[in-house]
This record gives sequence, structure tokens and C-alpha cells, in this order.
Amino acid sequence: MKNIDLYTRRRIVNSLGLSVSVLAMIFGLFWLCWILLTLLEHGLPALTGAVFSKMTPPPGSSGGLVNAISGSLMMTVLGTIIGTPIGILAGTYLAEFGQRGWMAPITRFINDILLSAPSIVIGLFVYEIYVVHVKHFSGWAGALALAILVIPIVIRTTENMLRLVPSTLREAAAALGAPQWKVINFVTLRAARAGILTGVLLAVARISGETAPLLFTSLNNQFWNSNMDQPMANLPVVIFQFAMSPYEDWQRLAWAGALLITLSVLTLNILARVLFRQSATTH
Amino acid sequence: MSTENITTPKIVVKDLNFYYGNYRALKDINLNIAEKMVTAFIGPSGCGKSTLLRTFNRMYQLYPKQKATGEILLDGDNVLDAKQDLNMLRAKIGMVFQKPTPFPMSIYDNIAFGVKLYENLSKHDMEARVEWALKKAALWAEVKDKLKQSGTGLSGGQQQRLCIARAIAVKPQVLLLDEPTSALDPISTAHIEKLIDELKEDFTIVIVTHNMQQAARVSDFTAYMYLGDLIEFGETSAVFTNPKRKETEDYITGRFG
Amino acid sequence: MPMFSHEARHKRQAVFDLLFRTVTRLSAFGVLALLAAIIISLVVGSMPAIHAFGLGFLTSPEWDPVNDKFGALIPIIGTLVTSGIALLIAIPVSFGIAVFLTELSPRILRRPLGIAIELLAGIPSIIYGMWGLFVFAPLFADHVEPWLNNHIGTLPYIGPFFSGPPMGIGILTASIILSIMVIPFITSVMRDVFDVVPTLLKESAYGLGATTWEVMWGVVLPYTKVGVAGGIMLGLGRALGETMAVTFVIGNAHEITRSLLMPGNSISSALANEFTEAVGDLYTSSLIELGLILFFITFVVLSIARYMLYKLGQREGSHT
Repeated sequence: MKNIDLYTRRRIVNSLGLSVSVLAMIFGLFWLCWILLTLLEHGLPALTGAVFSKMTPPPGSSGGLVNAISGSLMMTVLGTIIGTPIGILAGTYLAEFGQRGWMAPITRFINDILLSAPSIVIGLFVYEIYVVHVKHFSGWAGALALAILVIPIVIRTTENMLRLVPSTLREAAAALGAPQWKVINFVTLRAARAGILTGVLLAVARISGETAPLLFTSLNNQFWNSNMDQPMANLPVVIFQFAMSPYEDWQRLAWAGALLITLSVLTLNILARVLFRQSATTH
Repeated sequence: MSTENITTPKIVVKDLNFYYGNYRALKDINLNIAEKMVTAFIGPSGCGKSTLLRTFNRMYQLYPKQKATGEILLDGDNVLDAKQDLNMLRAKIGMVFQKPTPFPMSIYDNIAFGVKLYENLSKHDMEARVEWALKKAALWAEVKDKLKQSGTGLSGGQQQRLCIARAIAVKPQVLLLDEPTSALDPISTAHIEKLIDELKEDFTIVIVTHNMQQAARVSDFTAYMYLGDLIEFGETSAVFTNPKRKETEDYITGRFG
Repeated sequence: MPMFSHEARHKRQAVFDLLFRTVTRLSAFGVLALLAAIIISLVVGSMPAIHAFGLGFLTSPEWDPVNDKFGALIPIIGTLVTSGIALLIAIPVSFGIAVFLTELSPRILRRPLGIAIELLAGIPSIIYGMWGLFVFAPLFADHVEPWLNNHIGTLPYIGPFFSGPPMGIGILTASIILSIMVIPFITSVMRDVFDVVPTLLKESAYGLGATTWEVMWGVVLPYTKVGVAGGIMLGLGRALGETMAVTFVIGNAHEITRSLLMPGNSISSALANEFTEAVGDLYTSSLIELGLILFFITFVVLSIARYMLYKLGQREGSHT
């Protein structure tokens, strides 16, 4: 009798545990769907043509987000251009030259910390070393902060992708007598290029949505500005400002901006995954 | 197969010892590799045959804790000499690996990669060299219309022949083959064994194989190794039909390994 | 056939090799330099505040811009409490999701569901903030908080934690939203470590007649506990630094209260709300010192996380 009771109890615990597990899954999915639906519900109606043609308006009047969109694009692209080469080079060092010595393990460790460090601190840092000295906010500062966020991501993925390249490929190139820099540049990096590109895309997705590092660097600009040396409008800070305001027009625009950012981030994420899966199957 | 003596060996190995860290993987190896003949290294797993092969082109140098002592004389020059230009050495000694390793580029570029390291050929000459290499590797007919396609799109057997063509294209003197058919199906294996027979007219070939029958089929000389020692070395026919050492006989007759 | 002269070629290749190695080395060194620069600049920027308040900064609840008196206690507590509660919620949920994805889910659903959870991590913080402020907080205020007030707010001991005006925004709201943001990170690490548990180990447990739950809870979890702990620390590190989502819903109030339903402040939200408006060196410097404290806390937490995951990687024999 006792054994049957124990067995039943175990089965109940099991069912409970597994049900909780399913509930947890639904819990997670629930929030995702709710958030995305909210975005669509509030953002789609606000996504008018004006959003792409007019600039951010003063409170109480209608307008668009075109200066914010362009500012975001400029700083994101610039931040990626600055950060990616440094990231790829450093990641190459960690994967190809880092077998001996102290520098590689420590760099890897530090890089992983920078990867998850609060982005607002990065903004503070760029403020301290750059904005304070030139005494004004600017697009350069914003791009710089974004570049600092890009670097650890690209380093991590580059190193991981290079490590996945089988050593026999390197050996085959070395066996032909190729010097190390040719082996790395023409064979190893080439073999890993899809994965590295994926890393770059993920980095771009990450910085597209970042607000905190731009708060103290590029700040915001009510008007169109293509001069990187001046404060630059950008979507995240505009959303921050408009959403926290009491003005309905502004709040509507904030939702439009939020939808835009989310769509681009999710698209980039999915693109990165598709690319990576494609490259994995051709090898 | 003639019974000529190895009077002018291509490679002379003298008192070779090899270490992975503190572990001695090769113990006092002495042997001669005959020119334009096929020499096979056989033995059970872990006997050191691949390790020995990889000392010839100092492939171990890519890894920090591996080192070799002794001498390996290629036409009289010591390969292990620190002053040796590693890249030039590897131009003279080519290597093909266990798994096919096509570079992530077109078939043409795969072959051209090695040649470009050493020679500044005109486009016409390069095309001729690529064609020559692919013909020598018995791959030309199958790929001549798709030279611009990626090397990774070929079948396993074709990829391995591509790697052989790539190694041959730089016109080495010696070809090292490290279990070249272990990842291939029997038909591709047969192709490559036939290829080896043709290639030995131009190149000195050393092949490592865990397949005894393959060694018996393709090689002129065989070295039997066990746990880092060279147990027996001689003409293939002699080693297989009349081995001098009991250990060799035990391995050959399948008593272990 | 024309050949390059061997000597010249050899020298040139050696030069290129050295050049390439140096350039990559410098880039890697740049990472170390970056960290040093961040720490130094934060310390330098905090100097005025450090001189003015010393260690008392960490324990003072004052925040008076008018009289230039600042203390970090409230933001620090806010950061720790919101992150703590967020983890409390996120850990069991993440475990549940990880169990689902590794053991229960039908194969075809595994990838899409996994991707869906990872999308949660991809949604930018500011989106969480907007959703939290405009959608979640009002619902929370209308439906959940009155319930909490009436049913838990009246209980002894934990009652005061759950009573307060149902405004919607506040520490509890911020914590809940934070937990949702952190779930994908912890889940991802848990899934990775659960996946590398040797099948033989699980099969041995199943072979003894253990139920799925018993295998996960009794065999897999203990086996992966170092990795799981590392993943939790990683989630904590993220939660501590989260800015925009928290800023929208935490209420930006510089007061200590016991109730989770009341507004509060976290280090990152204080920075986000006040930095650009801060006048005066001491105000700015105090904010920078807050940033320094946050960086220090996250550095420690992330180091512990990295160390634990490294130890796990060592045991697996993989190179991490």
C-alpha cells in the first residue's frame, strides 16, 4: 500500500512540475505577444506618411520623425563602421594568436564584462571624455558610444566563429607554405565570414534600440541636422521625451517610433539567424 | 615492384624523437624514404604514424607544446634546422589530410592559392597550371566546366582529389598523405589509390594508413610502428609475407590492433 | 617559370606577419584600455562628490539638489530591490521554460519557441518602458494593486510591503517588467547547459524509473548547478544595469518606503532622469559617482558569472 501512495505522489509531483513548466512557457510567450500586439495597436495607426516626411514638432502640433530616423541611421551606421573593424581584429587576435600568454584570457574576460555592462555607464564615459571637452553634445559622441557597444559583441562572435573553423583547414593552408597572415585572412576569416556577418547584424540590432548611451552624448535635436558635430535627433531619445510628456500628439509619435524601432530590431535579428543557418548548411 | 636498394633516399630520418609536452610520442626513429616510391606507415591507433608524417613538414610547429629533436634530411638539408625557411620547405613538401579541406573559394582559386604564394604567373600560365594539376589528380574532366563554383560543393571523393590537385599544383617533391581515404567511400578510395600509383612517377609519396590492405595495395615500402617505436621497415611484399619481427606478424595477422 | 627571390619573399612575409599580429594585438589591447579608461574617467568625475561626502555617500538617504546634499542609499536600494525581485520571479519561470524546451516540447516547436523567447531579449528596453507605462501600469493599478492591498496588505509582517496607493507605477511594477526582460537571458544559459548534459546520465536516471521532473530536478539541475548559477548571475548583471524600462515605471521618487507599491528610484533611472538637468559640479559629480557604484556592482556580479561559466566550461572540456 505504502509503495503505491509514494508512486502516486511522485506522479502528481511530476505532473505538477511539468504543468508549471508549460505554464512558464505560456507565461513567457504571453508577454511577448502582449507587447508586440500593443505596439501594433498603438503604433500602426500613428505610422502615417507624415512620420517619414515631417520633422519632430513642438508640443501640440503635428509632425513626423524624419529627423530622428535619419539621425538614428547616421549614428548607427557610423557606430557600426567604427566598431566592427576593431571588433573583428581583436576577435581574430583572441582566436588565432591567443594561445600563449596572459593577454588573451584577460581580454576575453574583460570583453565579456563589457558585453553586459550597463549601457548608461558607457554614455557617461563618453560624456566625460568627449562631451565635457568639446563642451557640446554631438552626433560624433553618440556614434562613439554606439561603437563602444558594438565592439564587445563583434569580438565575441568573431572569436567564436573563428574557433569553429576546423584546424585542418588552417593546416592545409599552412602545408602549402602560406604565411600566417595569409592563412588567417584568405582562408580562416573567409570560412567564418557568414558567422561574423551575423555577429555584426546582431550588434546593429542591439544598438538600434539603445537609448541610455545617447542620452548624454547626442542628446536630441528638434530640427533636421546632418552636422555630426551638433546634437542629433534620434528615435530612442525622441521616444523617451515624447512618451513621458503629457501631450497626446507627442505620445502618438512615440508609439510610431517605438513600432519602427521594434520592427527594425526584430527584422535584423531574424535576418541574422537566417543568414547563419544558411551558411551552416553549405558547409 | 623491383627489389632495388634505397641507395639515394629522398628523406633520411636520424634519431628522431618527438614530444607532446613531456610525453615522448616518437622514440629514436631511423629510416629512409625512397625517391619516387610510395612508403606507407602502418600501425594501431596511437602508434605515432601521423605524428611522424607531420614532422616532415613541421606541421607540429603550429602548436606550442610540441617539439622534435634529431634530424630529418631532405636531399641532405636538415628539415628540423631552426634556420630553415618554413614556407619554402612546405613548397617542397605537400600534404593531404584525413578529411577533405577545400578552401572557401572557387575550385580555380583553391588550386591557384598555393601557386600564387611562390610564382607570379600570367593568367594564361595559371590557367594552364590549374588544368595540369586537375588532370594529374584525375579531376579535370568532372570540373572543367565549373571551375568558378565553390570547392565545397563537390562530393567527398572529388573534394579530396581537389586537395590533392591543390597540393600538386605547387610542384612539390614529396607528397605526404595522412589517411587520405579514411573519410571516403570504397569507390572514391579506389580512384585515389589508382591516382597514387600514377603520381609516384613524379613525386615521392609517404602515406599513413590504418588500413593494412591499402598499404599492401599501394606501397613499395612499409614501416610498422607501435607505441612510438619503429618496429620494422622494409619492402612491402617482404613485410607482409615474411615479417622479421613477431610484433609485426601479430599486427598483420590481426591478432590485435 | 619566374620565381620571387627566396630571401626577399621570406623577409617580406615575415614583415607582414608581424604587422598583422601587431595590429590585432593592439585592437585586443584596446579592450583593456577601454575598461581602464572607463574606470578612470568615472573615478575622476566622481572626485568632487567623493571629497564632499566620503563613504557616507553610500549610506545617506538624502537627495537634495537645492542644498547640494546627496546620498546613494535610495538609488542603491532601489537597484538591488528591483533586481532581486526580478530574479525571484525570473528564475523559476526560466527554469520552467528551459525544462519545457529541452524535455517536453515537440521537436518541431523547439526552434520557433526558442526563438520567440530570445526575441524577448531583442526587444529594446525603451519599448518595455513604453508598454509598461501605458499598458501594464494602468492595468496593474486597476486590477492587481487593489487586490494586493486588500488581501496581502492586511497580513502581518509582509503586509506593509504590499500596501500603498494603487498608482500602477512603482517598485513592484518595475521589478515585474525587469523580470520579463531578464527571463530570456537566464533561459538561454539554462538551455545551453541542460543540452550538454550527457544523454547517458539522463538515460541512467530514466532507466531507474525516475519521472521527467525527478530527472530534471534531481539529476540535471545538480549536474549543471554551476552553469545555472552563472546564468543567474548573468541575468542579475543585466537587471542591475537596465535603464529605460525601469525609468519609465519606477516613479523617480527619492524616498525610502517599505511598500513595493510605492515609487522609488534606481541608479540608472536617477541618471537617466536627472543627469542632463543637473546643475552644479556636486550634483553632476554625485550622479557620476552613482554611475561608478553601478559599474562596480555589475562588474563584480558579471565577474562572478563569468568565473562560474568558465569553471563549467573547464569541466566539460570545451574551450570557453
